Amino acid sequence: MKKNIKVVIKVFKLQFPILQCRFLAMRIVNKDIISHYNDICIVRLEVSAQDISKKAKPGQFVVLMVCKEGERIPLTIVDNSPEKGTITLIFQEVGLTTKLLGGLREEDYLYSLVGPLGNPTEIKKYGNVILIGGGVGIAEIYPVAKALREEDNYITTILGARTKELLILEKEMEKFSHKFYITTDDGSDGKKGFVTDVLKEILTDNLTYNLIYAVGPIPMMRKVSELSNPYNIKTIVSLNALMVDGTGMCGCCRVNVGDKTKFSCVDGPEFDAHLVDWDNLIKRNSMYLEKEKHICNLLK
Amino acid sequence: MIEAVLPKERRPQERINDFGEVVSTYSEEEALKEAKRCFQCSNPPCILGCPVGIDIKRFIYQITQKDYQGAYFTIREKNNFPSICGRICPAEYQCRKACILTKKGLSFASEQAINIHFLERFIGDWGIENRIDVLQNKNEKISKFKVAVVGSGPAGLCCAGELARAGVKVVVFEGLHKLGGVLRYGIPSFRLSPQILDREIDYLAKLGVEFVTNCIIGKTKSLDELFIEGFHKIFLGLGAGVPSFLGIAGENLCNIYSANEFLTRINLMCAYNFPQFHTPINVGRNIVVIGGGNTAMDAARSALRLQKINGISPNVTVLYRRTEVEMPARRLEIEHAKEEGVNFRFLVQPKEFIGDENGFVKKLICLECKLREPDSSGRRRPVEIEDSEFEVKCDLVIVAIGLLANQILTKVTPQLKTDKYKDVVVDTETMQTSIRNVYAGGDIVGGEGTVIEAMGMAKKAATHIITGLKRE
Repeated sequence: MKKNIKVVIKVFKLQFPILQCRFLAMRIVNKDIISHYNDICIVRLEVSAQDISKKAKPGQFVVLMVCKEGERIPLTIVDNSPEKGTITLIFQEVGLTTKLLGGLREEDYLYSLVGPLGNPTEIKKYGNVILIGGGVGIAEIYPVAKALREEDNYITTILGARTKELLILEKEMEKFSHKFYITTDDGSDGKKGFVTDVLKEILTDNLTYNLIYAVGPIPMMRKVSELSNPYNIKTIVSLNALMVDGTGMCGCCRVNVGDKTKFSCVDGPEFDAHLVDWDNLIKRNSMYLEKEKHICNLLK
Repeated sequence: MIEAVLPKERRPQERINDFGEVVSTYSEEEALKEAKRCFQCSNPPCILGCPVGIDIKRFIYQITQKDYQGAYFTIREKNNFPSICGRICPAEYQCRKACILTKKGLSFASEQAINIHFLERFIGDWGIENRIDVLQNKNEKISKFKVAVVGSGPAGLCCAGELARAGVKVVVFEGLHKLGGVLRYGIPSFRLSPQILDREIDYLAKLGVEFVTNCIIGKTKSLDELFIEGFHKIFLGLGAGVPSFLGIAGENLCNIYSANEFLTRINLMCAYNFPQFHTPINVGRNIVVIGGGNTAMDAARSALRLQKINGISPNVTVLYRRTEVEMPARRLEIEHAKEEGVNFRFLVQPKEFIGDENGFVKKLICLECKLREPDSSGRRRPVEIEDSEFEVKCDLVIVAIGLLANQILTKVTPQLKTDKYKDVVVDTETMQTSIRNVYAGGDIVGGEGTVIEAMGMAKKAATHIITGLKRE
C-alpha cells in the first residue's frame, strides 16, 4: 500500500500539467522534521503558494490534498512570506493523510491546496493576554502571538507538551512573551504537569486578564474553558473539526455553539470557548476512528 | 397511436451493485421511432415549455430525416450541453409537460408525451461520439478582451463556452480541486457519467478557455484584484452550495449528514472506493433520507448502493412531509428509486433526533402530517397532526431539504447587492449585478433551480457581455 501510494504520487507528478505550477505552485520548498520522539513526528513544510501567502492572516487555514486519491484536510497557516510567495505548515503525523504529507520531500508537489480559509483572529490591543498552546497547537498560536505582540499586548504564554522532545517553537514563542511558562507531562522540561495547572495558578494572582487564546487537544481547550469561565474572561479557542470542502458547502464541521449550529470552516474556526458543546465535538471528531485505524494499518 | 419508446435501462438488481449509468442512450432505431411520433405541431407548445427555447420541433424533424448533425446544431443554438441536459433535465415539468400529448390539467407530463429529453440525449451523445464541435464564431474586435468566470458549474461552463466561441479570452476560477461544480460533486455518476462532463470541459479547453482550480474568489482573490489583473468583465456562477438543516434537536449527532456532504464524499472524493481513496464515509443498516427533491433521490440511491457494495442488505427510507404528487423530484428518479428498493413514507415531519451513548443517531421522532390548502409554492401545505408522534429507527440520516446561496464572495463584497435570501440581485434584462461589469447567473440568482435554467441565465449574460465588449 505504502509503495503504491508513492508510485501514484510519482506518476502523478510526471503527468501533472505545467498549468498548476503556473498558478498556485504547491511545491514544497523546505521541509524540516522539527520534533521526533518514539513514533511521533512533527514536521514543518514551507510550500510555495503565491496567492495564499499574500492574503493569509493569523488564525486562517488551508485545505490540502496530498494525492488525487487523498482526503481534504485543514491545516492552520503558521507563517506566510508574501516576498517569497510561501506559507508554512506544521503538523504531527497522526492519520494516513498527515503521514503521507510527512512522507513528501522538498521539490515534491501537493495535489491540491486552497485558502486562506476561515475568519482571521481579531487582532487588536486587548491588554493582558494569556496564550495557551498544547502539543502541535503551539504552532497555531504562533502567528496569533506574533500579531498580538505587535499590537502592544502584554503576553503571558503557557506551552505544554508530553515531553521535552515534543515541545516546538519554544524559542520563537518566548521572544513574543512577557511571561513564559513551559509544562511537560513527564517533567522533562519546565513544570511537571499540564498547561491548565499553570493557568489555575495564574488566574488566582489577582491580575485582570482581558483575553485567553488557547489551541491544543480538545480536552485541554475544554479544561481551559472551564477554568476561565468563573472569572468571566473572554476565552477564544480554534477548533479542529473534521472538514471536507472547507468552504461551507457540506456541514461536516458543524459544531454546537451556544445552542446554535455553526460551521467551523466559515463561521470559525475560532469560537467563544464558554459556548462550545465539547461533548458533541469530541464525538463528531471520532466519527471515522475505525476507518482511520483500518487505513493506517494498511499503510504498515 | 404508437406507444412511446423508452430507452433501455439496466435491471434494478444489477445496477445497484455499482455507480454506473442506469438509462441507456436511444439506439438510432429507437430515436427514429420516437421522433416519428412527434406531430410537428404548427404552433409547438413544447418550445415555450423549454426554459431556453430550444427549437424542439425542428431538431426532432431533423432526426426523422437522419440529419443528426443538423439536429445537433439546432440544439446547440440554445443549449451548450445537450448530453448533460438530456440526462438531468426535469423534462416532465418543462417541454414534455407542454407537449400536446400531455393531458390537460396534469401536474407533470403524460407517459405518452414525446420523450424530448431522451432524443436530446441521443443527439448530444451522437455529437460527442462523432466529435462534432460547434465552430468558433470569432469576432476579431473583442478577442483582445479577457473575462473571468467564477465557478465551473452549469452556469459558469455555459457562459465560458459562449464567450470563448465569440473569441473572448476566458479564465474560469473554481474553488474545488476538480471542475464541474454541482455536476461533479452533486449529481451521482449513475445519472450523469463523469466522462460526459470531462468531454464538455475538454471541448471548452480546446476553445481556449483556461481553468484555474483551487482558487476561491472572495478568499484567494477578490473581485477588485481580478479587475486589476486585467479582466474586463466578470461572470459569477457561484451556485447554491450551502445545505439547509432542519433546525431540530439532535441534528449534529454523528452519522447525520447533509445530502451535500454525503454526495460530495461519494462523487467528488470517491469515498465508495475506500480505502483505495482515503476519504471515509459511514454506511448504516437503516438509512433515512429526509426530503423529496432530486437531491434526496440521489442521496437515497447512492446510500442504497453503498449498502450493497458493503454487503449490507439494502434498507433506505425516504421521509417526505407531503405526498408523492408534490415531490419536486423528477418522476423518473422516483420510479428508479422505487425499482431499486428505496422505501417511501409520506406525510412525515421530523421532530427530534435521539442518539446513543457514543453520540451516534439511533432514532428519529416524527409527526404525521395532513395536507391543507396550497402555499406560496403552489403545493399543498403540510400541517402536523397533534399527538401523532412515532419513532423511526435509524443509524444514518441524510438531510436533503434544500440549498441556500453560497455567501463566500457576497460576504466580503458589500457593494454586491443581495436580496433577503442572500441571492445576488441582477438586472433581469442584462444579468448585470449592482457592480458594473460584473454579471451573475445560475442558482446564485433566484435560488435553487435546474441546470437548464442556470444555462439560460448564463447564455443571456454572455450575450450582454459580448454586446458590452463590442461597444468598448
